[in-house]
Amino acid sequence: MGVRQIGARVHRVEDENLIRGEGKYLDDIQLPNMVYAAFLRSSMAHAKISITDIEAAQSLPGVKAVFTYDTLPSSLVSKTQLETYPAPIIKQSMLPDLLANDEVAHVGQAIAMVIASSRHIAEDACELIQVDYKALTPVVDVLEAAKPNSQLTHSSLKDNIAASIETKFGNVETAFAECEDSIELSFKQHRGGCHSMECRGVLGDWQQQLGELTLYSSTQCPYLVRRMVSRQMGCPESSIRVIAPDVGGGFGPKAGYYPEETLIAIASKELRQPVKWSEDRKEHFTSTNQQRDQFWNLKVGFKNNGEITAISGHVSHDSGAFLNYGLLLSATTLMPLPGPYKIKNVHVTLDAIYTNTVSTSPVRGAGRPNAAYAMDRVIDAVARHLGIDPAEMRQINLVKNEDFPYQPGSKHRNGSMMTYDSGDYTGMLAMVKEMADYDGFRQQQKEARANGKYLGIGLACFIEDTGMGPYEGVNVRIDVTGNVIASTGATSQGQGHATVISQVIAENLDIDISKIRVEAGDTGKFPHGIGAIGSRTGVNVGISANDAASQVKTKALKLASILLEKSEDELELSDGAVRVRSDSNQFITLADLALQLSPAVAGKLPKGFETAGLEAVSYQTTDYMPHSSGANIAKVEVDVVTGGIKILDYYVVHDCGRILNPMIVDGQIIGGVVHGIGNAMFEQMVYDEAGNPMTTNYGDYLLPLASEMPEIHVAHIETPSPANPMGLKGAGEGGTIPAIGAMINAIEDALTPFDAYVAQYPVTPEYILDLVDGKQVAAE
Amino acid sequence: MQEQIVQMHVNGKPVSGKVEARTHLGDFLRQAVGLTGTHLGCEHGVCGACTVIVDGDAVRSCLMLAVQADNCEVTTIEGIAEDNGSLHPLQEAFRNNHALQCGFCTAGMITSLYAFLSENPNRSDDEIREAISGNICRCTGYQGIVSAAKEAATKMAKVRN
Repeated sequence: MGVRQIGARVHRVEDENLIRGEGKYLDDIQLPNMVYAAFLRSSMAHAKISITDIEAAQSLPGVKAVFTYDTLPSSLVSKTQLETYPAPIIKQSMLPDLLANDEVAHVGQAIAMVIASSRHIAEDACELIQVDYKALTPVVDVLEAAKPNSQLTHSSLKDNIAASIETKFGNVETAFAECEDSIELSFKQHRGGCHSMECRGVLGDWQQQLGELTLYSSTQCPYLVRRMVSRQMGCPESSIRVIAPDVGGGFGPKAGYYPEETLIAIASKELRQPVKWSEDRKEHFTSTNQQRDQFWNLKVGFKNNGEITAISGHVSHDSGAFLNYGLLLSATTLMPLPGPYKIKNVHVTLDAIYTNTVSTSPVRGAGRPNAAYAMDRVIDAVARHLGIDPAEMRQINLVKNEDFPYQPGSKHRNGSMMTYDSGDYTGMLAMVKEMADYDGFRQQQKEARANGKYLGIGLACFIEDTGMGPYEGVNVRIDVTGNVIASTGATSQGQGHATVISQVIAENLDIDISKIRVEAGDTGKFPHGIGAIGSRTGVNVGISANDAASQVKTKALKLASILLEKSEDELELSDGAVRVRSDSNQFITLADLALQLSPAVAGKLPKGFETAGLEAVSYQTTDYMPHSSGANIAKVEVDVVTGGIKILDYYVVHDCGRILNPMIVDGQIIGGVVHGIGNAMFEQMVYDEAGNPMTTNYGDYLLPLASEMPEIHVAHIETPSPANPMGLKGAGEGGTIPAIGAMINAIEDALTPFDAYVAQYPVTPEYILDLVDGKQVAAE
Repeated sequence: MQEQIVQMHVNGKPVSGKVEARTHLGDFLRQAVGLTGTHLGCEHGVCGACTVIVDGDAVRSCLMLAVQADNCEVTTIEGIAEDNGSLHPLQEAFRNNHALQCGFCTAGMITSLYAFLSENPNRSDDEIREAISGNICRCTGYQGIVSAAKEAATKMAKVRN
């Protein structure tokens, strides 16, 4: 033993089942006597509704029940979805009724739920329900919705503004008065949905004799679901066990709470039968939260040497029909400004605006990719204005090593000052330039242009606040077989948490990884948890697993010292036993030590060991938020005849502090970059003027495919975070955050001979051709 | 709705069942046969998660009706491992190369590559990328999958020779 685990490229413990087809995802769970749910969803974006007939549906053979707003049980605390993330700054909080009462606000909003003996029959019955729609004017475009005289997205609103927030520090007025030059720029950002390959799904199993509900949900936050279903139904949390089984990807939208989670629980309770609902892909497009549109207008002040001194502006943010996810997406849009750049005066405001479209929520990175994009577009725009190379512009403006810990002046949403704890931003820029042969490529670009080929190179530098608290606890227990059980509130959607937790414990206890069993994503196994969001799990769970395992080791050595009658200094823990250093024949196994602490009836705990079991729990957290960072370069070739974009290569230098498992981190980064490329080039959720979603399948809504993705070259630096004892920083979203900016900067760079300004993403071939034709295309 | 009897070999074993004509092969395998390793990602034939092998060809089981597979030989992810239970080179390579994260698309990726590389394991990177361009993975960015396919192809070529 004594094998190094932390930092090693350890293969994942999760994989064996998954590669054999023996995973257990939500829809794979079959319970005896189970019935199936389907939802009738609104076909109009905005209308008054009345349900005129449910009898035909109810009398279809196989149908067990039809639920509408009126027939939901009166025992519910509220028939309207309760606020998941309340905030005093929310001016008008619109949340959906669990099933629409008299008004629908987007295509896809649930109106009725049918339970039947098969999914087919439940869907057939949905079609038999008669709904009378009286059309109201839908508001689809966020800029229209923002106008004071706009039609309203909900009849009960005063205007369409959910909330107005800002980030403000320094003094922009003075800075603009004193700057040597300034520019203005506007752009539209459009990020799509999460499109986890597994859609959402919920399975409720109410056990009447126990008065308990087991609720399986394909969620990133089982503890949040437990809390919300408990509050909504008026049941104690202890009567609800939420299990997230194998989850087929999350990426943000599965971190919310949805009406279906309560509705399926209600159906199971009313029918005294297990009820399962598996979202289909069309429902995913029309009912699962997305991210979508933001319109940015910025003014930038700078000196003629390239030093940026001030940024002001406004963001119009599309919230969709409801504020399911509070202001998290809005807040994470402004909070990261001005990114890794040392800009002392910033004032940017944001309006979160309702529209008659699907509600929005964070998608991988939340608002951080938007903020990073804004900053990298600003840098390139000023560079172009001043005729400075974009790499040089970044070198001038990046926070330097001697500045750490650096406080830009912005505030975290918990009220504390943002603090960039550590890093080497300029070092990473130099490194990525070298990897990509930046200077050589400029020469190549010149020669290619002479031959009518348009090559482009784009840079992006970013920071990411990661590892946010309050905690993600771990309990480490050694049982009487000598196996280790690690239970945790951290829930995985494929990130490899079980592997990383096992590595940390294995290294502490010097035990083989195969002897560690990780129990996660089950509120019945561990009392508290927060959720897999914001690149926070590795940090929080890593330090907690480390602390808990270290406490168990201390306990084992102390007990062995008594039993072996040796001082602790003379002992060592290795390969599943505490051994006397000088005589390896003298040892006591961890199994025997565990047995000592779990004695039989009338047995005694050894003196000094008042707590039962060879176990310890830890809820370690970070002192402040560790900031990951990175520098990316994209190289593209743009075909000015077809508008096609070929990505030639993509380079990443990333710093997530001390790396727990390089294989897993690289997987997160590469997958994240591809998600960002999807945003830049492909993914577009389109609505027509009536609010009908036009892209509800993967023929119309494009995702990145293997055939179009480049080789992504990843390198790391490791500057340990001083914010936690292991020096960890998060890695889950650092691939996505800079990728859109790097891509769009590269595309615009390729089109320099056409003096093109890319005012929106995703960039389609049609849009490229408009740019080539010299049309000054405004964001639309 | 009228039901029909279908019978087929799934992973070498005879199975039969009564299905409505509208039941697609994916639902039949998952619900009637109980093989839930085949996943349904989009049910309109684009994401490739539900890919199975029917008479040697990679097929989207959401686009083929169960009745169309009557009397066919079907291989699902559960039938890819060797008879003695040890992993197939593709499965091993997926683990070695971190070619999966959430694992939801994995069955379709492995079955697609199994059919593709069984036909001819000597393939370029571009050919491999093209072969899986009908399979969407949201987690990995595909790079690990391409590496896994190359590693497995080398082993599969040796077995052929």
